[in-house]
Amino acid sequence: MPFTPPSVDDVLTGLTDRFGAMESSVFRDQTRVVVPADASYDVLAWLKDKGFDLLVDVTCVDELENREATRRYGLVYLLASTTTNQRLTIRVFVDDPDPTVRSVVPLWKGANWLEREVWDMFGIRFTGHPDLRRLLMPEEFTAHPLRKDYPLQGRGERHNFPVITRDHS
Amino acid sequence: MSIATATFDSSGPEAGPRSEDYLWTLNFGPQHPATHTTLRLVLKLDGERVVDALPEMGYLHSGFEKIGEHLTFNQYVTVTDRMNYISPMANNVAWHHAVEKLLGIEITPRCTYIRTIIAELARISDHLLCNGAVGLDTGAFTFFLYGFYQREVIYDIFETLCGARFTNSYTRVGGLSQDFTPLVIEKIRTFLRTFPKTLDDMERLLTRNRIFVDRTKGVGVLTKEEATNRSATGPVARASGVPRDLRKDEPYLAYADLDFQVCCASAGDCYARYLVRMQEMRESLKLVAQALENLPAGDINVGMDERVARPTKQQVYSTIEGTISHFELSMANRSFEVPCESSYAAIEAPNGELGFFIAGDGSDKAYRARCRPPSVLHFAMFPHLIRGHTLSDVVAVLGSLNIIAAELDR
Repeated sequence: MPFTPPSVDDVLTGLTDRFGAMESSVFRDQTRVVVPADASYDVLAWLKDKGFDLLVDVTCVDELENREATRRYGLVYLLASTTTNQRLTIRVFVDDPDPTVRSVVPLWKGANWLEREVWDMFGIRFTGHPDLRRLLMPEEFTAHPLRKDYPLQGRGERHNFPVITRDHS
Repeated sequence: MSIATATFDSSGPEAGPRSEDYLWTLNFGPQHPATHTTLRLVLKLDGERVVDALPEMGYLHSGFEKIGEHLTFNQYVTVTDRMNYISPMANNVAWHHAVEKLLGIEITPRCTYIRTIIAELARISDHLLCNGAVGLDTGAFTFFLYGFYQREVIYDIFETLCGARFTNSYTRVGGLSQDFTPLVIEKIRTFLRTFPKTLDDMERLLTRNRIFVDRTKGVGVLTKEEATNRSATGPVARASGVPRDLRKDEPYLAYADLDFQVCCASAGDCYARYLVRMQEMRESLKLVAQALENLPAGDINVGMDERVARPTKQQVYSTIEGTISHFELSMANRSFEVPCESSYAAIEAPNGELGFFIAGDGSDKAYRARCRPPSVLHFAMFPHLIRGHTLSDVVAVLGSLNIIAAELDR
């Protein structure tokens, strides 16, 4: 009998059996599960064990301008399986003033720079991250530019360029 | 914490008791001919042996994802050109593939075939440059020039197709900016006829070249487990024995109808990555030839009823539906119907899985336009690959990963 991998629905059933009920939805054939922030690491570790061995991406959406959203930052973990080619999207919502989530670098080393980029661009702290420095912006930069309250133009541009005035030229 | 005081990750094979006194630090880049682009490596050396490396990036950061939140879906394609500028056509296809997934648009058969052809031509041109650069960095200048000449031919095809050689911006939501002309098809046919000979020449030049093999075999080995764990995709993962190719695994565009093979190797070193890329060019040629022979007739853009692609001038001037459609699509607040949802779609770009996570908020601009750049994940594993090798291997490993700084920093 040929091997048939467990469907994404089976994995979801197992997930809710193990961790309790979770909100899930399907859009354009993509299954998304909303996981509470304090359980995110355990859920991702469990999913990695169940065959979702490739962490495709870690990113974030700032929901500041989304009127229907209740929490501000929606983290996105895109998982895939290299054997069954299934995909699963995990959403983790965190909120100001101290958006924190546990780092998944112990599970996937590839998460290292992805989480650094999320910290850089959105200011979300990953506890347990071995090297949480800014990835793209300069070290002395103070803001997180992909937040919705950061303007497209006018702030932070050439912030470390010296301003030469007529008196000090 | 500045880079000078940043701690090196000492968990590699070189960890253990050692005297730090005789180690010296070398600053490689940001401007160095062998980085090819603007990136920086701080190397910790023991004589000529690399003990550790600290990659540093962001020199080319231009806020593409922030710009993506302020440009419409059609405008942003010009920015994707500038991400991986070695194969801009593949980025165009990836971006509009993701947009069409979010909007739920089914593109026409002719459009899928044309997009397949240009994506594969982009793959050939990317692999030519990448392998050429590996050759160049390990001392094979002729090989690089052979590759670069053929890239020129592909540029000519793109120029005939859309008027731009480098920054093509060829795709549109629901279609393409222009159709294939007989001249384009003739040029692609000529390329298909002449390129295999050059590819044979290139293989004869380098594949069994003793110096090249010595420089690349066993250098920068990435095991299969590490490749998956570090999120490697594309040729880098396939050279390590991960048989993952989105063209086969999640067939998009016309790949389900075409016959081709996924190229894999098991060694996971620079030489394996070179071989995988060389072989993939042959498979791409097969794909282009098949797609060109089976190119369906018909429109390149989706119909007027869908109201996503601009109608032709003929339709605008002679029918009322065309006029209305053109008007609505031109008005800023009357464009596409975008769901307040988010979706992710990826294509197998020359470099690996290039995907876009797009969140929509009802307007014709993305609420969030995240690009999943393969270069970032490949560059992140650089310290792991280089530890224990010599300084001269740095350029070989860097070249074989195909790091494009514009895609790295976005």
